[in-house]
Amino acid sequence: MSFDLPFVAESFVALLRGIPLTLQLTVLSVVSGGILAFGLAFMRISRKWWLDAPAQFYIFVFRGTPLLVQIYIIYYGLSQFPVLRHSVLWPFLREAYWCAVLALAFNTAAYSAEIIRGGLLSVPAGQVEAARACGMSGLLLFRRIVMRLALRQMLPGYSNEIILMVKSTALASTITLLEITGMAAKLISESYRPVEIFVCAGAIYLAINFLVTRLFAWLEYAVTPKNRNSEERRA
Amino acid sequence: MPDATTTPAVALSGIRKSYGPLEVLHGVSLAAREGEVISILGSSGSGKSTLLRCINMLEVPNGGSVAIHGETIALDQTPGRTPRPRNKVQVNLLRAKAAMVFQSFNLWSHLTILENLIEAPVHVQKRSRKDCLAEAEALLERVGIADKRHCYPTHLSGGQQQRAAIARALAMQPSVMLFDEPTSALDPELVGEVLKVMRDLAAEGRTMLIVTHEMAFARDVSTRTVFLHKGRIEEEGPPSEVFSNPRSERFRQFISREHLQGC
Repeated sequence: MSFDLPFVAESFVALLRGIPLTLQLTVLSVVSGGILAFGLAFMRISRKWWLDAPAQFYIFVFRGTPLLVQIYIIYYGLSQFPVLRHSVLWPFLREAYWCAVLALAFNTAAYSAEIIRGGLLSVPAGQVEAARACGMSGLLLFRRIVMRLALRQMLPGYSNEIILMVKSTALASTITLLEITGMAAKLISESYRPVEIFVCAGAIYLAINFLVTRLFAWLEYAVTPKNRNSEERRA
Repeated sequence: MPDATTTPAVALSGIRKSYGPLEVLHGVSLAAREGEVISILGSSGSGKSTLLRCINMLEVPNGGSVAIHGETIALDQTPGRTPRPRNKVQVNLLRAKAAMVFQSFNLWSHLTILENLIEAPVHVQKRSRKDCLAEAEALLERVGIADKRHCYPTHLSGGQQQRAAIARALAMQPSVMLFDEPTSALDPELVGEVLKVMRDLAAEGRTMLIVTHEMAFARDVSTRTVFLHKGRIEEEGPPSEVFSNPRSERFRQFISREHLQGC
């Protein structure tokens, strides 16, 4: 097989048009899923079984089933319920776009909740106690001490989750959305040249995720006290 | 209006604390007058740290009451339920008055030493950042680590970290200082520098309650020594009396054992 450079360039430019949708799906689902994840994480660490159990069940279901199945259930399944069809939400739920956002958000919330929970549990109890002894409590304690210490532990795991989310948006192509992969499938059905087009699509995902990795590397650097390893802790 | 000369800085009365079925404090009463330095001794498990932690509600007593400068902390001590303060705002304000220094320093690792010092004054006590910074610099100067102000806690030795933690406690302008085994986590050669800072604080007339294993320090610096055994006060008095002429056999054994360990 020969590699047709002008065709590759042409396809690449065509695929670029899929980027905004891929990014929209990622950002919308990561933001809304992230908010949901915080709620779930707090339910998990609440030490109240009636909060913990539903959160655990939610996480079990959304981590235990394929994202593709979740997308199909939301996209094809919700219209079966007249209640939903007649609700104010229907203008959203009938759109493939919002179904994809919803499925991706629900899915990432399950994984992120466990990352956040891990981060919160990693906060040294002594430092929280010191803050309490100084008169901090509630939101102030969380905002000034707990979250800042937890964030450092959460970032590596969370960057993984974001990278997975960027790639997961490809599944939205199965419900008619023309994001990068959907665009690629469309071009292939017109040209019958899958290799060139998929290589281009892969390269675009790689470029996006390169930027995501750099962003998180910078964030990690920003929240880590400088030159931590320059001197061993003595005590 | 309570009389300032007679109102104790800290008054504990009948403190009981239990963890499940295990009662670790069986009704301990102790009052610290203004300017007193009380060392609290006892073997491990005697309840001495728990008693100290009851003063600023890091542990909430199941029974008895705590008053700081005459202000009694309102507690919900309904039997069968976990005891808790009735008023979080009151507790937070009183905690700033009774500053705590921990065995394991517990400096905030995401903040520099200077930031550690101004954190609570700025965000809890809402004092001006500029004033707090100036005061923090002076405090660091006093405990001898001014050169470390922009370092993170992990870059300091244990002794320096503990001195920073003492400065952090002082930055809240507390009226009482609580020390929970402040030198127990330190290498022997670093103990002296922390004790020196504490000696200076005692000399300037600060009210201090110190849980410690440093016998010599307790004997030389404190105005009163309290020996706790199995959740009760077993011996109490000026160090000159209790060390040379202990009334309780257990305290006699305790000081001879600690003395042997020191050799």
